[in-house]
Order: sequence, then C-alpha cells, then structure tokens
Amino acid sequence: MSRLKPREEYEKTRAFRFFRWLSGSKDPYLGEVEMKPQEEWKEEESVHLDHIHDHQALRSRIYDTEHNKKILFFYKLYKLAAVLFCVGLAALLLYTVSYLPKTGAADRPANNEVPARYIEKGLQETGAVNIVTGMILDYRAFDTFGESNVLFVATVTVLILLHAKKNGKGEEEQENDRIFEPKNDAILQAGATILVPVIMLFGVYIVLNGHLSPGGGFSGGAVIGAGLILYLNAFGFKKTEKLFTEKVYKWVSFSALTTYCLAKSYSFFTGANHLESHIPLGTPGHILSSGLILLLNICVGMVVACTMYTFYVMFRKGDF
Amino acid sequence: MDFVQNFPFFSIMLSMFSGTVCSVLPRKAAKWVNTIVISVVSVLSLILLVYLIGKKESYVYMMGHFPAPWGNEIRAGVLEAGMALFFCVIMLLSMLGGRKKLHDEVVESKHNMYYILVNLLLSSLLALVYTNDLFTAYVFVEINTIAACGLIMIRQNGRTIEAAVRYMIMSLLGSGLLLLGICMLYDLTGHLLMSNIRESVHMIMEDGTYRVPLLVTITLISVGLAIKSALFPFHGWLPDAYGYSTVSSAAILSSLVSKGYIFLLIKIIYRVLGFDVFGMSHIIDVLFAFGLMGMVFGSLNAIEENDIRRMIAFSSVAQIGYIYMGIGMGTQAGMTASVFHILSHAATKSLLFIAAIGLTDVSGGSRHFIDLTGAAYRNKWAGVTFTVGSLSMVGVPMFSGFISKLLFAQAAVQNHVKMLPALIVLAVSTVLNAIYFMKTVIRIYTPAQEDKYESITFKDMKSYVLALVCFIILNVILGISSQPIVDLIEQGLSMFA
Repeated sequence: MSRLKPREEYEKTRAFRFFRWLSGSKDPYLGEVEMKPQEEWKEEESVHLDHIHDHQALRSRIYDTEHNKKILFFYKLYKLAAVLFCVGLAALLLYTVSYLPKTGAADRPANNEVPARYIEKGLQETGAVNIVTGMILDYRAFDTFGESNVLFVATVTVLILLHAKKNGKGEEEQENDRIFEPKNDAILQAGATILVPVIMLFGVYIVLNGHLSPGGGFSGGAVIGAGLILYLNAFGFKKTEKLFTEKVYKWVSFSALTTYCLAKSYSFFTGANHLESHIPLGTPGHILSSGLILLLNICVGMVVACTMYTFYVMFRKGDF
Repeated sequence: MDFVQNFPFFSIMLSMFSGTVCSVLPRKAAKWVNTIVISVVSVLSLILLVYLIGKKESYVYMMGHFPAPWGNEIRAGVLEAGMALFFCVIMLLSMLGGRKKLHDEVVESKHNMYYILVNLLLSSLLALVYTNDLFTAYVFVEINTIAACGLIMIRQNGRTIEAAVRYMIMSLLGSGLLLLGICMLYDLTGHLLMSNIRESVHMIMEDGTYRVPLLVTITLISVGLAIKSALFPFHGWLPDAYGYSTVSSAAILSSLVSKGYIFLLIKIIYRVLGFDVFGMSHIIDVLFAFGLMGMVFGSLNAIEENDIRRMIAFSSVAQIGYIYMGIGMGTQAGMTASVFHILSHAATKSLLFIAAIGLTDVSGGSRHFIDLTGAAYRNKWAGVTFTVGSLSMVGVPMFSGFISKLLFAQAAVQNHVKMLPALIVLAVSTVLNAIYFMKTVIRIYTPAQEDKYESITFKDMKSYVLALVCFIILNVILGISSQPIVDLIEQGLSMFA
C-alpha cells in the first residue's frame, strides 16, 4: 500500500466515504437516519379478478351501441365533426386559392428572373437540351441528392420492417412463395418474354437520354423497376435470385450513391470556392454531353430501380 | 474565401456519405464509422463556431457553380454553427449511452441499418440547421421523418410498430401542411430562397395585396411544424414513440428531431416571414396559448403515468410547451429564452432517458414505479444522474433548467399583455414538474424491502458511465456559465435578421 496517509486518517476523509458509498459496502443513511420502506399495497387475487371482471362488464356496457344511446350519439358526433373539419379545411384552402395569383398570367410573381434564366441560359450553362433535367441535376443538384437519399432511407426502413431472415420463418412458406397464385402461367410467361426486354431497353433509353429528351433517372428507373417486377411475376424468385440478391442491391445502391456524392461534391466544392471545374460540357444534343448530368442520371436511375424492386420483393416475400 | 467556410458543406456531405458507406460495411466497422463521423462533424462545427465568433457576421455558401436564386445555397452564422455542434454532441452521447441496450433490443443483422439511419438523420438535421432555401429544407424534413420512423420501429415489438405507424401518420400530416405552405409562399413570392422571399413578403405587406393567402400560409407552416414537434394538442404520437423505442432512439427523437423542426420554425420566422410580420399575425397568440396548455396538461399526464419512460415522454410535451410559449411572446427576449431552452431541454431529456434505462435494467426490465424501488442503490451512477436531470427539469439553480426558467420569466415581464398568464402557468408547471420528478427520485432512493434484483457495478458499464458523466457536465456547464451562451444566442439571432 503506497498511501500517503495512514489507514485510520484516510478513513476519516470524504474521499474514503465517497468510494465506500460507491462500491456499495456501506450505505451512508443506513443506521443514521430512520428510514421506513413504503408499504406496498397488495390486492387479493379474488378481489383483483373481480376488478377485472367488473371492468370488462363496464366496458362492454359502455361500448354496447344497442343499449347505450349516448355512445352511439358520440360516435355519430365524432364522425360528423371529422367530416365538418375536413370540409371546413377544404373550404378554407379553396377560399385561399381564389386569392392567389392567376395561373398563366404574365404578371404573376412566379414569373420572374429565376425561370427566365433557366429557359434562356439553361442550354449554355448546363449543356442539357432537356431544361428540366438541367435544373434538377445541375442548378439544384443538392436537392436531388437529398431526394435520392430519401429513396435510400425509405428502402432501409422497409427492410427494417419487413426483412425476414431465412431461418426465422418456416422454410416451406419461403419455398412456396407462389402458393396462392397460378404457377408458371403460360400466357404471362409468353407475354413477359416479349415485353420484359422491350421495357428494360426502354428504361435504359429514358435514363441515358435524360439530358436530351423528356425523362431522366427518376422516370427511367421506375420503368426498369417495373420491368424487373414483371419478370419476377412471370418466372418466380428462382430466376431473379440469379440476378438480384441482397448483395447486389447493397452494392448497386452503394456505388450509385457514392458516385453521385463524390462527383457532385467535386462540383459543389469547385463552384463554391470559385475554382474552375474541369468537366467539359460537350456539344449539346450529343449523347456524351452536358457534363456530369448523364452520370448522375444513371446513378439516380439505379437507385430508383433498386428501390422499386426492393419494395415489391419485401412486401411480397420479405426476402430477396 | 477561407477554407473554414467549407465546413458546413463538409459536415452535411460527410454524414450523408457515411450513411451510404455503412450499408456495405461489417457491423463493427459501421459502429466505428458512425462514432468517428459524428465526432469529426462536432470538431468541424466547433472550429466553424470559433471562426464565426471572431468574424462577427454570417456568410452564404454556394452549392455548385450557380448563384443563389438559381442554384442551392446554405448559410452559416453563430447560431447555426452552435446548434450543429450541440446536436452532434448530444447525438454522440446518446449513441454512447444506449449502445449496450441497442445490442440487447435490436436484431444483430439490423445494426448496420441503425447506423445508416442515425447518420442520415444527422445529415438532415445539419441541413435543416444550415439551409437557406425552403425547398431544401422540405427535402431534408422528408429524410428526417422517414429516418425517425425507422429509429422507432427498429426495436420490433408490437408497441413500437404501432407507435411508428402513429408517428408516421401524424408526421406526414405535418409535412403535408408544411409543403402546402411552401407551395403557396412560392406562388405569392416566386422564390424559394429565404432572403428573396422575405423581400417579397415585405412588399406584399406594404401593398396590402394577398393578405389572406399570406395569413393562411403562416398558419399552415406553423401548424405543420407544430405537429411534427409535438406541440400540445398534436402530441398523441409522442408517448408511445418515446416510451417504447430503444433508448438511443428515444433520446435522439426527443432531444434532436423535434428540436430540429422548432429550429426550422424559428429560422422561417426570422428569415422567411420576418419577425414583425409573424408577430402581427394572430398565429403567434395561438402558439402561445397552445404552449401554455401544453405546459400544464403535459405535466398532468406525466403525474398520472405509472411507467417511468412514458412519464419522461409526457414531460417532453410540457417542455415543448415552454419553447412555444417563448416563441409566442413575440419578443426578442422570449425567442432567446426559447433557443436556450432548446439547448437545455435537449441536454436534460436525453440524460433522463439514458439514466432511466440504467434504473429499469436493474429492476428486472420493469418500468413500473413499484419495481423501481431502491433502483438508485443498485445502479448508483444512473441514480445520481437521474437526480441531476430531475433537479434541472424542476429548475433548481446550478442546472440548465433554472436558467431557462429564469429567462422565460424575464421575457414574460417585458411583455405586458402576456405577462400574467405566462408567469402563472410557469409557476404552476414548475410545481407540477416537481411533483412527478421528485416522486420518482424519492421512489428510486427508497430502500427496497427485499433484494429481488442484482446491483450493477462500474466495471460492467464503463461507456455508459462515461456518457452519463458527460451529460452531467454538459448540464452543469449550461447552468453555471449561461451568460456567454445567452450572448451567443442573441448574437446569432441578430445575424438572422
């Protein structure tokens, strides 16, 4: 023991008492202060059961709409009040809308320098023929990054809620996921054989031409997702498992979001610090043009397709 | 431009990117990424705060190559940087304190998802704090809402799923009203950028046109954000959501998520509508009245409660009422008090949730008061911390709660019309707070008749105790050296205008 103070003296200090209290070897109040534990109120078993019984009887009497006219009245009043509230709110909003500026009028406030620049200079500044894409993926790319993260976090939440591991539920249920549906429907399969390639190609087309024609990552991704779902319905999980597993989902959405994040971070950083960005805009109208927009469209498309397919699979079976 | 000015952008992007990265990492690595990212963001915010205090003015930061009304923009001032720092610290401590419980209550395969949600939630809070654009704010409100739902239901039992559904319905209603408000505001002003909207709103007020839609817009935005932050009549989702989710989630939800929305509301009041315009509309009186009612009814509900976690949750309703009362006073002093109470309540409520879990763990997992008898002897650290939190909530000097009550009272005295109701309800609510918190403290320090449950020692809960000690220190700092913090808040609010 390398204590500076002798044992007896140390025991008188506050530090000793504090650590004694902390280690639980002595309670400072025990024996010093009169303490009385609170008496716990105990109920006999039969009385307790009676209480429960009474309570249930009371409840059934109260909520018995046959005999209790008052509760019936309350229910009706509740419904009426809800309807009145909604109608009132709708009326208020409609009344407000009548005060808003007229749609399409030349002098409405929304018709200001902001859309003017998008329309006039959008093509030179972003290189995208489709102004909408130029707006969401270049002018306001930060919002769109947030939006793709909304999809990502929504998928994560659905996975939390519905993802059932294989060992959790009965194996049979898992194997027989089409128990209530026609199996190997010939018409569906023949239709899908023709349609799925077309749908997929069309989806890819929409994504890749997002900066040239109407469309883009969100709509193209939705089309690809729909194609995947049709394929799954026609041929079952045995076929889609080869293509799309949880691992694939993880890595596809990870790489898409990472690419978006890194590419756009570069652009944000250079923009804010007034540095030159070395991304060529290319010739407007060509497929390889408009800077980062093509790449970002592909990323968004992948995230959207994954989200749609994962939602469907989760609600259908709870596993990929 | 100084390199420090990039830090808000770095913090948002870093926390968002780490959310993505966590999805492919192994569980342990995800845990470390989460901890490291939150710490790094706190350090960045601290440096930014020091830089801004020296610079004495706020600045805007262009997100991309296009200037403000066309591109996106974020803005940082003293208040934003301070809030970001504070939110990160609270989140770090909440995660640290609830880590063991997370292992017990959440299936192992879903831990990665928990860290994803926490990282994305942090990024959305940071974006809400820093944004200078209403639509960006809405996008991140969405992330915030969905991530909060996930945090509630990741501990899967029936109650949490029900709570998450209820939270989702109410919260989406709030988001919907907010979105309607933003749409109308866009229609009236033609802008989404906060400073541009304020100029247009100023012109509208001078012209006298569009008065009706402007009033409805203010109503929709205030009610939408009030629902999302659980102001009194809209608090139905709150007790279950805070009471049954895993403890880190409860701490994060109560002290950060609802505060993020209130901060957004304050930002909208100052930077979008203008403090005077908002003060002239009668919505401010409605918020004041609801705040007062929340202070009383939240406390009454908490007194009735027989479950310690739900009691703390109901206490949140009362404390949110305080904040809205301060906003509703319509004075600078009231607003300063509200912002300080955001800090003080966030620090105290997460402390109480984390401490309560230590007490229930040594009582066989039961949360009923009768089983908590003597729990403070079985887990001494949690007992002391819970007492500190309770004293702070009641408003005993030395702790943060006292300062916020003092500031509220001072603000009330300056407002002649609202002085009497504010002071009376403040007094009543303090007494009610004391009733249920002191009841709990006495209960946990009452010796148990027989030793039914085992005690827990320091060795088994090192990280938990570390979190508790940090929480106590934070609380005492807020309570003792409040003047510099209040000065900073005032400086930050004046930068808003």
